[in-house]
Amino acid sequence: METLNHLSRLLQEGDDSGVDALTREAIASGIPAEDILRALLAGMAVVGERFKEHEIFLPDVLLAARAMHAAMGHIKPLLIAQGVPGGTKVVIGTVSGDLHDIGKNLVGIMLQGAGFEVLDLGSDVPPERFVDTAVAAGAPVIALSALLTTTMVRMREVVDMLAQRGLRGRILTIVGGAPVTETFAREIGADAYAFDATSAAARVRALLPVA
Amino acid sequence: MKLEPLLARVGRGGIVADGAWGSVLLDRGLPAGHAPETWTLERPETIAALAQEYLDAGAEIVTTNTFGGSPPRLRLHGLEDRLETINRRGVELVRDVVQGRAYVSASVGPSGVLLKPCGTADPEEIQEGFARQIDALAQAGADIICIETMTDLVEASLAVRAARSSAPDLPVIATMTFDLTPRGPFTIMGVSVEQAARGLEYAGAHIVGANCGGGVDAMVDVARAFQVHARVPIAIRPNAGLPERRGDRLVYLDTPERFAETAAPLLASGIAIVGGCCGTTPAHIRALRARVAP
Repeated sequence: METLNHLSRLLQEGDDSGVDALTREAIASGIPAEDILRALLAGMAVVGERFKEHEIFLPDVLLAARAMHAAMGHIKPLLIAQGVPGGTKVVIGTVSGDLHDIGKNLVGIMLQGAGFEVLDLGSDVPPERFVDTAVAAGAPVIALSALLTTTMVRMREVVDMLAQRGLRGRILTIVGGAPVTETFAREIGADAYAFDATSAAARVRALLPVA
Repeated sequence: MKLEPLLARVGRGGIVADGAWGSVLLDRGLPAGHAPETWTLERPETIAALAQEYLDAGAEIVTTNTFGGSPPRLRLHGLEDRLETINRRGVELVRDVVQGRAYVSASVGPSGVLLKPCGTADPEEIQEGFARQIDALAQAGADIICIETMTDLVEASLAVRAARSSAPDLPVIATMTFDLTPRGPFTIMGVSVEQAARGLEYAGAHIVGANCGGGVDAMVDVARAFQVHARVPIAIRPNAGLPERRGDRLVYLDTPERFAETAAPLLASGIAIVGGCCGTTPAHIRALRARVAP
């Protein structure tokens, strides 16, 4: 599929107008929206990998994410019409205002890049706001970030609140941030842990049932 | 006591600066999620005490608790209407403690927002915001404007320009935060040491360098790169390693001795200013000072 390979390449280069045009062309030529989405996600995965390896930097990731967004604008209506779950919502935020929130922002960008609809609640978010927003928006995943150990402890409150409201299993949690470890995630009963922004997008995808 | 102009002082030999503020305040009970700047208003005695400890440890430069004192950062905490007070009091608290025995270095951290085209922030608005903060810092009697922890060279340059126009008489230190990559040190925004050294100097910084990052060992590589590319004096302020969790506490792995052992040779090699960033404490600065006496 020369068109799809080209599309993936344009996405990796962060060429948003190129991606926009080629996505429309691909749709017009009858390529299924699902195949287009797969090519775009493959491109984003390469971007995530290269960022992780320090071959490219944040601006490159941001530009690729913007190109992804442009393409999603065209294929999302088609995916929805075909009953393919597109644009699953993820609620994201830091549990408590950290000194730097770049990690959380990065996870948001990678999730958007991977085709999720991200509801970013920002920093210093109280537990009930995470839960209320997820319920109101019908988001099956809450992603929690913390940079400092003191704030990390508050991740447990979100997990506990989901349990109290009988939402465990229906709304899943993923945690990350500099001091957070896999062990800690298990300790507090979170559903998943991600080491970095690139793996966060993959982990969220893995959490959700395959359509 | 009248201080010798910073650049003249730097010309006579290396200076030991202070260590971290944010991580020490967290250790001393700053509630998670609270802007450290709130303690300038609510716990001024704690701020003054830490300034005193750094002075006693032998720091010749003491930093103000104003890292997050720019409009976009204060807005996050609903504190924008206190901008003038937070920055003015931040300087006054340190000034009253050091009384001319050390330089009062007014901290200016990143705005926390991404500039166009990566983000949505308008460069003019960001520069005006820095100018508002720096006006307040300069009027309160800061000796140095210290722009730090920057990752975007455009934003750092806007801050340096704001400093040069709002505080034309003050020396400006501008430092960025680098990660080591297989191709050498880069900021997360992709700025190399060479670009940083040239760009910050071009914007008008008198002293350039690096702060924060992966610890003192990683910083030796960054310092070396600055020595190759910078034509102005260099400031280096490493973290005490990267933090690790022990139970519910965050522990920085570089002990004062370990920190001093690696940081002291930086001064000997010609770095103008060496201090500490996240995880360093008055004990780290005391240990550093002991190795570079007098």
